[in-house]
Amino acid sequence: MTGPTERMTGARALIECLYREGVDTIFGYPGGVLLPIYDELYSSDIRHILVRHEQAAAHAAEGYARATGKTGVCLATSGPGATNLVTGIANAYMDSIPMVALTGQVPSSMIGNDAFQEANITGITMPITKHNYLVQDVKELPRIIKEAFHIASTGRPGPVLVDLPKDITTDMIDFHYPDKVELRGYNPTYEGNLQQIKKAAVEIGKSKSPVIYAGGGVISADAAAELKQFAEKAQIPVTTTLTGMGGFPGNHPLFMGMPGMHGTKYANYAIQESDLLIAVGVRFDDRVTGKIKSFASNAKIIHIDIDPAEISKNIKVDIPIVGDAKWILAHLIKYAGKAQSEEWIEKIDGWKKQYPLHYMEPAGDEIKPQYIVEQINAVCPDAIIVTEVGQHQMWAAQYFKYTEPRTFISSGGLGTMGYGFPAAIGAKVARPDKVVIDVSGDGSFQMNSQEMATIVQNNIPVIIAIFNNGFLGMVRQWQEIFYGKRYSSTCIRDSVDFVKLAEAYGALGIRATTRDEVRPALEKAIASGRPTLIDFIVECEENVSPMVPAGAAINEILDLERKE
Amino acid sequence: MRHTLSVLVENRHGVLARVAGMFARRGYNIDSLTVGVTEDPTISRMTIVVRGDDEVLEQVTKQLNKLIDVIRVSDLKAEDTVEREMALFKVSSDVNNRSEIMQIVDIFRARIIDVAPRSMIVEVTGDETKIEAIEQLLRPFGIKEMVRTGKVALRRGAKGVSS
Repeated sequence: MTGPTERMTGARALIECLYREGVDTIFGYPGGVLLPIYDELYSSDIRHILVRHEQAAAHAAEGYARATGKTGVCLATSGPGATNLVTGIANAYMDSIPMVALTGQVPSSMIGNDAFQEANITGITMPITKHNYLVQDVKELPRIIKEAFHIASTGRPGPVLVDLPKDITTDMIDFHYPDKVELRGYNPTYEGNLQQIKKAAVEIGKSKSPVIYAGGGVISADAAAELKQFAEKAQIPVTTTLTGMGGFPGNHPLFMGMPGMHGTKYANYAIQESDLLIAVGVRFDDRVTGKIKSFASNAKIIHIDIDPAEISKNIKVDIPIVGDAKWILAHLIKYAGKAQSEEWIEKIDGWKKQYPLHYMEPAGDEIKPQYIVEQINAVCPDAIIVTEVGQHQMWAAQYFKYTEPRTFISSGGLGTMGYGFPAAIGAKVARPDKVVIDVSGDGSFQMNSQEMATIVQNNIPVIIAIFNNGFLGMVRQWQEIFYGKRYSSTCIRDSVDFVKLAEAYGALGIRATTRDEVRPALEKAIASGRPTLIDFIVECEENVSPMVPAGAAINEILDLERKE
Repeated sequence: MRHTLSVLVENRHGVLARVAGMFARRGYNIDSLTVGVTEDPTISRMTIVVRGDDEVLEQVTKQLNKLIDVIRVSDLKAEDTVEREMALFKVSSDVNNRSEIMQIVDIFRARIIDVAPRSMIVEVTGDETKIEAIEQLLRPFGIKEMVRTGKVALRRGAKGVSS
């Protein structure tokens, strides 16, 4: 360790650490044991966004991270504050998003005594963090913060939690920040094995029906440019998962949309008929593979991933290449030539014409949810779209053409309702230059609607587009198809007036009930520059189509079009 | 199929919980687990006996390696490994059968480490088969209590797991 030292409290030292990690924003909520830290924040240059529920702080930190690639930071007090972060931490873990969660803890001497607002948060979050720490001595604090940011943002990114007992924040330390991290048990592989890359290149040259299946790893590795160059050079069609949206241009002729349960028919058919599947930064999630035994069963599989534990976890891989997707794709571009894919691409183009994504035009002037997504795309094609979880999420993935990475932010692995609005807050704080729209459902929105206060108080002009169908729509869809339309506990119609709710918080509220009102509502929201909620009253029993029933092979994909 | 994993970990609080928690949540079965400090006081060695086929072993190894506090994981093959386990048996005994028990103890190169009027404690060290064999022979006398340490193992020869 080098550099001059200065004597200060642990709380002050924490702020100094955060400065050195380039943290400009924290999402948090104060509490008793955090008083020393909040007192330091009061006079610091770090922007603190006060949320109204700690869960929102975690999601906002994640939205911030996804919009920028930087590590998001959230802060919550001991006990309930910390446990309220849990869903957000689990979400970041499932989607491999870099995040540092700081929690207050009761004083060291009281840990284990069931003290007021005590929860064993390191124990609770052990299975949902990449790593976590309980700081036991203020002297360890700089090293631990340094390690936390290093672990969160390198290798396969993920959340790291640091639990800070109150006495640690008031103890004195001769502060100096370590220059480097020494972790003998952590050394991620970045450079892929060249022999494996050459082997992959040979298979690509021989392949007549190759498919690239790319995911969130492409986004986190900042490898979208390399992916495009590789796909174009080798002439291989591309499908991107939900978390990979924007990793390949949505308007590119080689793009096939999303695979899996609500993917396009042509992406699924292409995977099933492929002779070579090049999987990049994906984990063969069950929502993508359907029945795993029938998934791409005629294909050789090349799997590029930074996490060796993902190789052959769900499916046997023929050519694993462990490392950074950007590095590996750059080398594949060098070694791989063109695949023999001319006829294959023609065949897929035929499928695209034969089985396009489509929906029934309404008989009257009612609003189809898919139409809203198309209109958002038309009005602001370079917006950041953030979603909640459910039908609206799938429509946002299907009908918007994402052309840049980090413009689609959604809860993939965990499927967290209530994620989108706070994540949109994080994205808008990170990218104030962008239009940020939370594509939401009337169910999901109500899980974190209290954050209206946050966007109004801090003037964060997020646009909330509620697709209001009066149902918990995705569950209703399954009840319709698999449970004989017995809509058990899924009807939430007329439970709240969202426009009045927005107005009660001092935000702009707009309601659109007809097709003609959709575009003006969006334009008005964007022009206002204010926090805005648009209540789109949509067709209430519209289904997400197509759909692979749970447990079926992905080529057994059904149209669920509602007949008028 | 059973495998013996030698796992070097940071000698820190919470490491055992991380390792045990990973096994529990991923549904892997541990037959035995021992842990103790190594020649380097900052490092502990866990010897974990795990049940599963090669695919399970591969996943277990990778998941262990993902833990930040895990420094190194080695799969110890029986042929180039020495392994030992210790067991203590509290056996019912009195003046009538004491010498009979002592004969068995001699044959197994075990030791008697406590004698009372109605019981004695036998200490035995060896591989698993040896411990199971003496257990079988002591059982007819009545085993009141027993405890096993779980397996510890080291690779034969100069080359270690840590190098």
